[in-house]
Amino acid sequence: MSFDNAYESLLGGEDAHWAFGTGFSEALSGVDREFPAGVDREALAAYCLMLGDDALIYSQRLSEWCSRAPELEEDIALANIALDLLGQARMLLTRAGEVLGRDEDALAYLRDEREFRNVHLAEIDCGPGPGGDFATTIARLLVFSSWRLALFSRLRGSADPVLAAVAEKGLKELAYHRDHAAQWTVRLGDGTDESHRRMQAGLDRVWPFVDELFATHAVETALAGVAVDPASLRSEVDGVLEAVLSASGLTRPQDTRAARVAGMAGRDGVHTEAMGYLLAEMQHLHRSLPGAVW
Amino acid sequence: MADDLELRFERTVQSESRIEPRDWMPDGYRKTLIRQIAQHAHSEIIGMQPEGNWISRAPSLRRKAILLAKVQDEAGHGLYLYSATETLGADREDLTTKLIEGRQKYSSIFNYPTLTFADVGVIGWLVDGAAICNQVPLCRTSYGPYARAMIRICKEESFHQRQGYELLMTMMSGTQQQRDMVQDSVNRWWWPALMMFGPPDAESTNTEQSMAWRIKRDTNDELRQKFVNMSMPQAEALGVTFPDPDIRWNSERGQYDFGQPDWDEFWQVVKGGGVCNEQRIAHRRKAHEDGAWVREAAAAHAAKHVREEGAA
Repeated sequence: MSFDNAYESLLGGEDAHWAFGTGFSEALSGVDREFPAGVDREALAAYCLMLGDDALIYSQRLSEWCSRAPELEEDIALANIALDLLGQARMLLTRAGEVLGRDEDALAYLRDEREFRNVHLAEIDCGPGPGGDFATTIARLLVFSSWRLALFSRLRGSADPVLAAVAEKGLKELAYHRDHAAQWTVRLGDGTDESHRRMQAGLDRVWPFVDELFATHAVETALAGVAVDPASLRSEVDGVLEAVLSASGLTRPQDTRAARVAGMAGRDGVHTEAMGYLLAEMQHLHRSLPGAVW
Repeated sequence: MADDLELRFERTVQSESRIEPRDWMPDGYRKTLIRQIAQHAHSEIIGMQPEGNWISRAPSLRRKAILLAKVQDEAGHGLYLYSATETLGADREDLTTKLIEGRQKYSSIFNYPTLTFADVGVIGWLVDGAAICNQVPLCRTSYGPYARAMIRICKEESFHQRQGYELLMTMMSGTQQQRDMVQDSVNRWWWPALMMFGPPDAESTNTEQSMAWRIKRDTNDELRQKFVNMSMPQAEALGVTFPDPDIRWNSERGQYDFGQPDWDEFWQVVKGGGVCNEQRIAHRRKAHEDGAWVREAAAAHAAKHVREEGAA
């Protein structure tokens, strides 16, 4: 480009100028979007919403760190992770929308709280709000990314070609997220007395939300060969967490489980009180201007 | 001896060659550069806030991704620029302290509030546009590391600007409410954007020496004129007007005539009286102070690690 006219590229030119990339191009171009024979499409849509909402809502939480991280490098890293998850959410909501006849934005902005299928771990405030700090944020990232990485590595074998492709693409991203969280867990566990205390408190804060990640839902049971049964991931994920915690000199919290509500939790659309506020903020503008184009 | 060094420096600058970190340079040149590059770095970092204000509320997932990536790029620009100051012997921690203690400045434009999502587009179009006009000449500035950082930054900024303009084009094709939102945003940002080029040449104190050192390459008024000339056709294509009754084509000059911003407001905001001055600094200070224990922990861990490796 010429440097004499700042506006030269305003209406054309190539797109490759993001410093860190956005990952929102046609990531799945060329993937077969036919539904495999014999698959319960409603269940498939529900499953895509589960995994898509996990990524969307967690991305919304993580992006709260933007301009608030302890170092510029960390600001960039957390934004990167939020962007990866947002990209995963978009692909999964789009897939759900192919069954439901709605696009990604209709699903993200026009569903009510009871229609969101994400796990509670994705929605709780782990900082920078009053619900946590950087250590709590890292504790959630460690648990979430270890779990999702194990899930996606099995999902690559899904009978649904789109889910398999989303998993394949997401795997590298999640491996980086887990690695980033593990490194910080070790650093904070080992660093100073204060960081050790905070890291342990962060783990204690997120631990009650771990059980829900491994609870099998009826939708997953109905999608044998398409979905992954999360119960099958438990020992692998436990092993990873154990290894990271012991390298950090941290104690695995007692297995306390957050009780369900009349037997229901996030996968059933029953959330924590934090969720309503999160959605109010996220959806407000989109809902305020019906018919607008963005 | 010192005269020889000075002569060599002058010759390098005059011949449009680059000064590199290990070359001799006058103290004044070094100090001016550190001040200017740090101010630019601080602007990138503080500039994350007004746009970051809309990430959580972005009205589509695509716009959310674009905005998050843009704000992330700004953190990256801050990093390159702080690194450039480090080649001159400055220290990022020290510069950050100066920023949050109000001893170093950042671009005053970021003391204006972002009140609607159209502001995200208008900041891309006009604020990034004005920044590019200011920064493009710096790609040829005499200090090598700064010039190279600016080449990369300008390329990315120009992409950001295009994204902003594209958002506005899309909004203008939407509902009347959206078009009104865009015009209202242009009305609020036009004058502050013109102020980004600094006070009129007659009142600008730093210009002359910086021009001689090839740190600065065009005067404030020259750049402002260029910006107006470039912006008018864009406004027409978009279907918005600028809130300046005096703006019109002057065929004799081959340029647009235009009115002057309210320089009293400019100085008021520069001196701390803008709507967001305190908020921006408080936000940055809180992030820095809240992160202190994390940086200490990382340093303590690294130090232990070095000791263990040394002992092994």
